[in-house]
Amino acid sequence: MSAPHIPSKAAAAAVLPERGPDPVKITLSVNGTERTLEVEPRVSLLDALRERLDMTGAKKGCDQGTCGACTVWVDGRRVLSCLTLAIACEEHEVTTIEGLAEGDELHAMQSAFIEQDAFQCGYCTPGQIMSAVALLKEGHASDDAEIREWMSGNICRCAAYPHIRAAVRTVRDQT
Amino acid sequence: MTATTLAIGQPTDRVDGRHKVTGGAHYSADVLLVGMTYAVMVGARVPSGRITHIDTDEAMQAGGVLAVLTHENLPGAAAQPPLIPSLAGMPAPGQTFFPLQDEVVHYTGQPVALVVADSLERAQHAAALIRVSYQEMPAVTTLDQGRDDAYEPEAIFAGFVPGRTERGDVEAGLAEADVLVDATYSFAANNHNPIEPSATTAAWDGDQLTLYDATQGVTATQLTVAALLGLTPSKVRVISHYVGGSFGCKAMIWAHPALAALAARHVGRPVKLSLTREQMFTSVGHREEQEQRVTLGADKKGRLLALRHHKLSPTSHFDDWAEPSLGVASQIYACPNYEGVYRLIRANTMTPTFMRAPGEASGMFALESTMDDLAHELGIDPIELRLRNYTDTDPTTGNPWSSTGLRVCYERGAERFGWHRRDPEPRSHRDGNWLIGYGMATAGYPVYGPNNPQRARARLYSDGTAVVQAATPDFGTGVATVMTQVAADALGLPFERCRFEGGDTTLPTIAAAVGSSGAGMISAAVHTAATNLRDQLIAQATADSQSPLHGADPGTVTVRDGRMMLRDAPETGESYGDLLHRNFLPDVEAAGSWSPSAESTRYGMTTFGAQFAEVAVDPDLGLARVRRMVGAFAPGRVLNPKTARSQLMGGMLWGLGQALLEANYMDPRRGRWVASSLGDYLVPVNADAPEVDIELIDVEDAFVNPLGVKGVGEVGQVGAAAAIANAIHHATGRRIRKLPITIEDLL
Amino acid sequence: MRPISYSRATAVADAVATVVADPTSDFLAGGTTEVDLLRQNVLLPRRLVDINDLPLTQIEDRPDGGLYIGALARMSEVADAAGVQERFPMVAQALVLGASAQLRHMASMGGNMMQRVRCGYFRDATSPCNKRDPGSGCSALEGFNRGHAVLGVSEHCIATHPSDVAVPLMALDARVHTEGPHGRQVYPIDDFFLLPGETPHLEHPLEHGELVVGIEVPGLPMARTSMYMKVRDRESYEFALASVAAAVTVEDGAISDVRLALGGVATKPWRARRAEEMLHGAPADTESFRRAAREELAAARTTPLNAFKAELAQRTMVRVLETLTHPERQS
Repeated sequence: MSAPHIPSKAAAAAVLPERGPDPVKITLSVNGTERTLEVEPRVSLLDALRERLDMTGAKKGCDQGTCGACTVWVDGRRVLSCLTLAIACEEHEVTTIEGLAEGDELHAMQSAFIEQDAFQCGYCTPGQIMSAVALLKEGHASDDAEIREWMSGNICRCAAYPHIRAAVRTVRDQT
Repeated sequence: MTATTLAIGQPTDRVDGRHKVTGGAHYSADVLLVGMTYAVMVGARVPSGRITHIDTDEAMQAGGVLAVLTHENLPGAAAQPPLIPSLAGMPAPGQTFFPLQDEVVHYTGQPVALVVADSLERAQHAAALIRVSYQEMPAVTTLDQGRDDAYEPEAIFAGFVPGRTERGDVEAGLAEADVLVDATYSFAANNHNPIEPSATTAAWDGDQLTLYDATQGVTATQLTVAALLGLTPSKVRVISHYVGGSFGCKAMIWAHPALAALAARHVGRPVKLSLTREQMFTSVGHREEQEQRVTLGADKKGRLLALRHHKLSPTSHFDDWAEPSLGVASQIYACPNYEGVYRLIRANTMTPTFMRAPGEASGMFALESTMDDLAHELGIDPIELRLRNYTDTDPTTGNPWSSTGLRVCYERGAERFGWHRRDPEPRSHRDGNWLIGYGMATAGYPVYGPNNPQRARARLYSDGTAVVQAATPDFGTGVATVMTQVAADALGLPFERCRFEGGDTTLPTIAAAVGSSGAGMISAAVHTAATNLRDQLIAQATADSQSPLHGADPGTVTVRDGRMMLRDAPETGESYGDLLHRNFLPDVEAAGSWSPSAESTRYGMTTFGAQFAEVAVDPDLGLARVRRMVGAFAPGRVLNPKTARSQLMGGMLWGLGQALLEANYMDPRRGRWVASSLGDYLVPVNADAPEVDIELIDVEDAFVNPLGVKGVGEVGQVGAAAAIANAIHHATGRRIRKLPITIEDLL
Repeated sequence: MRPISYSRATAVADAVATVVADPTSDFLAGGTTEVDLLRQNVLLPRRLVDINDLPLTQIEDRPDGGLYIGALARMSEVADAAGVQERFPMVAQALVLGASAQLRHMASMGGNMMQRVRCGYFRDATSPCNKRDPGSGCSALEGFNRGHAVLGVSEHCIATHPSDVAVPLMALDARVHTEGPHGRQVYPIDDFFLLPGETPHLEHPLEHGELVVGIEVPGLPMARTSMYMKVRDRESYEFALASVAAAVTVEDGAISDVRLALGGVATKPWRARRAEEMLHGAPADTESFRRAAREELAAARTTPLNAFKAELAQRTMVRVLETLTHPERQS
């Protein structure tokens, strides 16, 4: 290999302590509330939310990063909770669909989804909405072409896509 | 008495919308019970053979494992019910094979073990530790492998559809024809892939079983599991409030609900069994790989003289199943001479099953592509050709249509689409690198009715609110919303004072909502129950000496906003609440039951429509992109145009997926599906979906059911793929006779 | 997924030392490959060392007009960086056309360089696969191989390299910086990706515990008008069937400089050197583009199912070169 060798201080480093594989106590901040739970390190954020914290808004559609139904925010960025380990979310803020409305007051995107009939079975909807709200923050909703591309990580098998775009446009144009 | 329709026909927002947008809608795998355990299925890795050994030791020793069930320790099924479509209201297994009964493997993915552990992760890991040894045997898994051994079944579709249908003399018709078009079409297998994987949560309380199941029919789950487990149906309660899409894969009852129940009984704790996405390709049926040959004979004016339509497809070793691809295609045009034949191949797959527009979507692709060829060959406009073959009667019976609207669909669809701008010459429209094509096709879907009475219950409370109940789940159709509208109008109550409850076998029995029949049959039951309740209340008022309506002819009483009054003297009357309070009645209840009328059998009952698509093809890169779709449909009474349009739009975009993306293939060497994830099995994403324009054509239908509802769940898909393929032909001059049409076909 | 233990590192040296000390450990960055393949039972580490807290998130413009991208910069951050968009549009385009918005927020640039193939026989954890289980055979050779590679293949593996962004990085002669048991290494990107040959299980020249810490992109003024084109069945959220990254300079109607790389068709991000050679000095016209594309794909080894990809790759190259040299003709 032709790569040049540059000295480093790696040899002086410490081997890190490990947690697990048995259940370990972790603390997650979900929708602004600290939640402590005992999970194995292999537990995904999605399964921690759904099976340990009984927060079933985020859905499991594939568990493989190919559908977007499990979309939540970590530190405000939309991510797939099925490919995120719960333990890796310690010290980060997790936001789920359950944390989007202000009490009984729906988020504008939630209302727009209802008005535009942007869903049928509703299973992908929490992920769509978490994605759509993040999309507006990301600033990639200037036109329909952009919305189409930047919402393509959330599959809707009922194919409500044109209505999902309408909902995104509605909220974009309100603000 | 004429029903006032105030709520029906309004584009009302979904009543369950708030639940769905807040994460508050609970699907079957969202149930969290005390002491919950998790089951994971282990599927066979070979398509054919015998299990010689299952080593479960390592799995049993893994942390948290409560049980490993195999054919060696699982109790046998009590009885295997026959395969009958769930609309019939009987037990409805998806195939007449229940796994884990012996060591024989019939198809890859067949459950060979079930692991139960105290957490999902532990169950999944233990499942991976089970070592199964097989004595593998030769397998047939593709159409090509079995082509030479095909047979003509007496009947398909659980006996409901004959294997061969003839009318007139097809050979004579073809011989007489001025023009012949003969073409063969091939179709990849398809998988439903609702975003919610099938899931069942099972819990026993003594000998009482409760199942939370993702199903199109709670009764179907109840009766099927009861039969398999040898229980009386009253001991099985099935709850299914929200279902995350089905498209047919939850229309029949597969092995997993009964397996969940057996596992829960074995471990003495609740069990949640969710299929993985990969298992959704091998556990809940599929639309079979198929080949169709269409031979059309026509005179110079394009009038059909003969149609021969043959289909060849693989089925399982257990059942003679093919989706009825020849059905609507044999009815949609006037044609005196016809021959339709199904041929089947025994293969090492599970039994195929319903998938949205089962048969109609594939059969009409073949027919409508061939009709487009005929139009091209004769130089006749494709719409004009179809009008020349329009029929006022169902050619298969000679009966008149109960209603049609098809001519108007062509006319209005063409106008909205701008069909007149189409230069018939292929390759005549261009936009930069893109060739632009316009295509159209006819849509049709049967109006199916249930075989047995459909029931609902309506209850009015003394505060003037009502609840109507029927055992149907919501899988995205908007049933709770439209049934609330139906109840409101029948009871004469404002929409806001009515509520619909469904999704529970403790409620009045409704067959599985399949075959686009849900809106028609459930509305019939709800309307009947609510009308009975209203009539009962009116009768009580007119018989009540203290009522202002005392002595009136009940036929002269109408209800509006919860107030009963004389139609001709509205100032005379009283509210439901007044009547109930005065008589110390906290509530009043009535049941309703509906079966299709005998009269309806004298009519052909089909929902018609017309599909239009504009497709851009980049011939250098082989790309086909649908720019817009227009559909005009005549689905009878539209209970809620908002939810109806959504379903039709979804169907049309399913047609886009069918046309350009969706495919699964068997790897014949390994006898496995090559696509086992949503990364391999491509369904449309947002970027694929163009704007969809839909016009609802008003037709009144007095025969299908009390409200004249013909259904919107599937007709939106029928013909959509053909319209796209026809547009591709118009764009490029190339006729592609396979689905999906992909880049290599267009390079 | 097998049981795993978890460590979180805050210093590169600790992360490296920890993985070096334990042959059954892996780094965990965005997790989009690691967690997915753990759940598929394709990857079987005993321990994950979470490196997401390491200070490797920089996206720096270099004085020579180049870039230095920290290994933990997320795909979405790099795609949004002004310096990337202005100076290396093909890098930004490749990033935005990859995966989905959610995955781009998660996936790190270093992880992107390390992502594994999408071959179904590799992913299913049971079929014979020389990459997963050396010596077991390649199921794709005679299996369903529509999406498989036509360039750089061997009789032991034909899996396509899945990365989009590695394609423009290949065209740009990027360098991959690592930190490992033997200190810092810098690899020319062409050396960083190995052809399968007889050892398809070896995808990179890295030692166990050697961590990608950054990607250096040398300045290249002509890259300001570069482009990345991706062809696939679905409009979005899909890997490429063929993709092309290119930058070209034309003087007096002739090509004076060109960079060209292919994705979706080869077992590694593919620098189209033959085509580049033919294009140097050639007239900037369709005929030259076609000849060069044909020359590059002359070595393609195809199967009945993926033969179209050789043709598709050529046509995509021609389209990209025409678009760059004659933007007025395109729509």
